[in-house]
Amino acid sequence: MKVGLWEAFFLVVRRELALSFRRPDQLLQPLVFFLIVTTLFPLGLSVQLSLLRDMAPGVLWVAALLSSLLSLDALFKSDADDGTLEQLALSGQGLNVIVIAKTVAHWLVSGAALVLVSPLVGTALAIPEAAFGTMMVSLGLGTLTLSWLGAIGAGLTVGLKRGNVLLSLIVLPLAMPLLIFGAGATDRAISGTSTAGALYLLAALCVLTCTLAPFAATAALRITLE
Amino acid sequence: MNISADGLCVEKVHVWRGDRHVLKAVSLEVGPGELLHISGPNGTGKTTLLRVVSGLLRPEQGGVAWRGKSITSAPTDYQNELAYASHEPALKSDLTALENLRFMVGLKRRVTLSDLRASLERTGVAGCADLPARVLSAGQRRRVAMARVLACRAALWLLDEPFTNLDASGSAVMSALLEEHIEQGGLALVVAHHDLNLSAETRHLGLQG
Repeated sequence: MKVGLWEAFFLVVRRELALSFRRPDQLLQPLVFFLIVTTLFPLGLSVQLSLLRDMAPGVLWVAALLSSLLSLDALFKSDADDGTLEQLALSGQGLNVIVIAKTVAHWLVSGAALVLVSPLVGTALAIPEAAFGTMMVSLGLGTLTLSWLGAIGAGLTVGLKRGNVLLSLIVLPLAMPLLIFGAGATDRAISGTSTAGALYLLAALCVLTCTLAPFAATAALRITLE
Repeated sequence: MNISADGLCVEKVHVWRGDRHVLKAVSLEVGPGELLHISGPNGTGKTTLLRVVSGLLRPEQGGVAWRGKSITSAPTDYQNELAYASHEPALKSDLTALENLRFMVGLKRRVTLSDLRASLERTGVAGCADLPARVLSAGQRRRVAMARVLACRAALWLLDEPFTNLDASGSAVMSALLEEHIEQGGLALVVAHHDLNLSAETRHLGLQG
């Protein structure tokens, strides 16, 4: 009996989550990186709370971008290396579903986890508690968008030996709008002005990548499979 | 004999890899209950031919038809009737043998765990079902990969060097599975550099450099 699309989607998500939790070191690395980088800034700067608070959104977002990049490299690479990517491509489900499921699972263990620990980092960077809500929503939207952009980059670089540097060069320029609007939203939340504009723009970028990136990533992956 | 209506038909396929003309006008036909043994020296495009037939690689010229229709017209339907085993066992080392099968075969058809255990039993690795693939030997991994092909219940088997790393009993199991598959009207394309020695009738395609 044929397997439905949703069934296949959840099966691949479960596979990815099972694989992630079997390798807790790889799961925790980006999170620990995020925590350490953001903690280094208060240590390196002078002990002026106002200066720290001014820089906090930028620091938070740059650290989030970089830590998300750390895990992107492995998105398709490990499957390509052991031959399971070919099996997934021939699974009878179409590569689209597989790519979407893998990217969503990647966001769950990287982006969503990062959102959950962000209040801790916010406290270390002297971000007021009132801004935590905006910070978490913007990070959630931003990391999801980044996972989609990363899926395109990872699809393009999966066949290369040292693809991770090229991956950063492809993804980081595309991520600039995220940094601007994400840090902007958090900044406005700290100063108490309206955050709606920046959040809506982030949401628009997220919807744009959610709808178009799967096609681009699938096409990229198909080229590498040949 | 026109068997292309219910079998596999490869017509004048050309593939270039960079400057190298790997496959030059390769044509073949395989009907139900037939096994095609593909052999040839290293680097003559045996694996490339298998990848073309699987649909992973698009040939520059020529085409592949399954049951009379081009495989590019309904690729997912074709894939559901296809089981491909590359020369790598394609197992995730962190997952158990059973999980590996569940996540792969589960995408093709609804399976129960007892179904998958039965396949592992058939290839002689039932005892490894709950072990992570990373602790299995190369031969055991090959047997798990074979169990995956078996559990797919596909009409068309594409096997790339399926006898690699198998011991005498493993080869016997592999041969028996192939014979059974052919007897039940299945099709198989097997890349192997040695004779298959099957009791079932096999046809042969030699690729030249």
